[in-house]
Amino acid sequence: MKYMKEYRDPELAKEYLEEIKKTVTQPWSIMEVCGGQTHSLVKNGIIDMLPKEVTMIHGPGCPVCVTSLSLIDKAIHLALNENVILCSFGDMLRVPGSKINLLEAKAKGADIRILYSPLEAVRIAEDNPDREVVFFAVGFETTAPANALSVIHAHRRKVSNYSILASHVLVPPAIKAVIDDEESKIDGFLAAGHVCTIMGNSEYYPISQEHKVPIVVTGFEPLDVLQGILMVLRQLEADKAEVENQYSRIVREEGNIEAQKIISDVFEIKNQVWRGIGEIPESGYAVREKYANFDANKKFSITIEEAPEHPDCISGQIMKGIKKPFECAQFGKKCKPSFPLGAPMVSSEGACAAYYHFSGLIEA
Amino acid sequence: MSDSKKLRMQLQCPMPKLDFDVITLGHGSGGTLTNKLLDSGVFDLLSNDILDERHDGAFLEMNGKMAFSTDSFLVSPIFFPGGNIGELAVNGTVNDLAMCGAIPKYLSLSFIIEEGLKMTEFWEILVAIKYACEKAGVKVVTGDTKVVEKGKGDKIFVNTSGVGNIHPKANISEKNIKVGDKIIVSGNIATHGMAIMSVREGLEFDSTIESDTMNLNHTIINLIEQFGEDIHLLTDPTRGGVATVLKEIALSSNIGIDIAQRDLPINDQVASACELLGLDPLYVANEGLFLSFVDASIADAFIETLQKDENGTHAKIIGTVVEEHPKQVIMESAIGGKRVVSMLPGEQLPRIC
Repeated sequence: MKYMKEYRDPELAKEYLEEIKKTVTQPWSIMEVCGGQTHSLVKNGIIDMLPKEVTMIHGPGCPVCVTSLSLIDKAIHLALNENVILCSFGDMLRVPGSKINLLEAKAKGADIRILYSPLEAVRIAEDNPDREVVFFAVGFETTAPANALSVIHAHRRKVSNYSILASHVLVPPAIKAVIDDEESKIDGFLAAGHVCTIMGNSEYYPISQEHKVPIVVTGFEPLDVLQGILMVLRQLEADKAEVENQYSRIVREEGNIEAQKIISDVFEIKNQVWRGIGEIPESGYAVREKYANFDANKKFSITIEEAPEHPDCISGQIMKGIKKPFECAQFGKKCKPSFPLGAPMVSSEGACAAYYHFSGLIEA
Repeated sequence: MSDSKKLRMQLQCPMPKLDFDVITLGHGSGGTLTNKLLDSGVFDLLSNDILDERHDGAFLEMNGKMAFSTDSFLVSPIFFPGGNIGELAVNGTVNDLAMCGAIPKYLSLSFIIEEGLKMTEFWEILVAIKYACEKAGVKVVTGDTKVVEKGKGDKIFVNTSGVGNIHPKANISEKNIKVGDKIIVSGNIATHGMAIMSVREGLEFDSTIESDTMNLNHTIINLIEQFGEDIHLLTDPTRGGVATVLKEIALSSNIGIDIAQRDLPINDQVASACELLGLDPLYVANEGLFLSFVDASIADAFIETLQKDENGTHAKIIGTVVEEHPKQVIMESAIGGKRVVSMLPGEQLPRIC
């Protein structure tokens, strides 16, 4: 694979940091929206390399973390109680439901398989015609085309025992929700590069103009993130609020039109419950009626009550950037990666887990 | 195991003609079928003076300080690029003994077989065991075979235990680690784990990554002969990878460890595979790899000797034991930032994006 080292060049990183230091004259808070960027910031030790004027705030951009409790409970229920092979991306397995997580369900005998591609799940469905195969379709706009494609693929091949349990979350409505929160004090955003690869940049112009915030579409390698931060700072210092594209080697202005067509063929926009935040209008995808046979929500008529979050968890404030993980009384005490109380501690991309993992706290 | 190596082994040890082609429950019953299985060539393949006595246990003559180790091997799939569960089971215990500074000598070998295992597969595993033992210079002196019902195992589980005399010049102990010690890794990290991942159901990807499973005892003994007590600790970072082992040592020895990402040797293909699958190579399992904590005064000479060995061509100094930050492993990232390396709460799970 090419271009792994080029975007991790220590000399260039130094130059960017110097430039950031020269640019910044006053305190600014920048939110990186995507968990992948949080991971990169923390894994590469970037947060401590930035000047003290720059505060990075970690957004709600971990789709695994914000998947609602009731959907996880539903997935667990399907895997345990129905004749279902449940297929999932790997990092979903440790996310706690209201009682247990998928790994524990697997230990109890559920047939749960980790996959990288939903198309693989369709193949499993074809190989197991006497079982139902459900793919736990989690993710931002980024994974939506592949999940949608699996539905189209199954439809074409007449695979009637395949369905998806869709839990897609959309980035622009989440950014709006964060800005609209009275307590949040975010000056600029790094938008999620891979989401824009699919959806393009158009949705960000009205947000940037209306709320007077710079939004820079940014990649995930350390140099991407540093450059993205620098671009936001230059705008802030010059009192500008524009949409810029740092990740132009991947992101086209209009996005991936073909992928967008596939998404809108299979999904329609709906209100979505974000774990730790609550319902955000028009921030999720539901499977369209014409593919109802491939919608696990319709195929299996089970109702799961939305269970309450742990009362000590302040994940909503964390994900809106109002509080830092260290400011939570339970961080590293009651709440740890092996026993997460809430959303941001569950996946390595969640803000609390990233902080925990790389902060050197010793788990007893 | 490469195809040519496999072919050569099969030609040298062709499977005898048998009147059964799969292993059934009866083969673990202790009765006629068990004897039939054992007489099918198992004893001939692993034959040695002690095993050939076919007693309930092995009679061993040993003196002095010894090391004793045991390990169970469950790997899916049982045949993977670069080897199979058989040589893994021999090399695993041989290497655990070598990490104690011991010269591995005798092994026990136990199988738990799921009924339905093809005899050709079992034979291939046995042949791999035979060659791994020969290469390591150890004898299988006692063993056991049990068969479980279909669905109650995963083709085959192997357990090996082993003993060996401690080399007179060896003094391996965490207690010997001191500030300033250099930490040396014997080769490319994460190779074995990614070789297994590349063929695991549901994750298959095209690559030519092969497991680096191999016996390390000759390499280790050579180093001990030359550097003796200046080698403070030897350990093989198998499950949990290099990160987990370093963190365990930092915790239990109350020391600080500094490592640098740029110094970690890794094969380009393995690094790419980790990147694609969202896995951190620091936590990926290794075989045929060891970490040494050595006195700083001999670090360069140690590396020079190790790099001349076929098991150490990619050896590198990756870190130092420091007085600061006891119990913590701190890594300098590729771009010069610092981050803490900690243990994972469980198995590393592939990331979504």
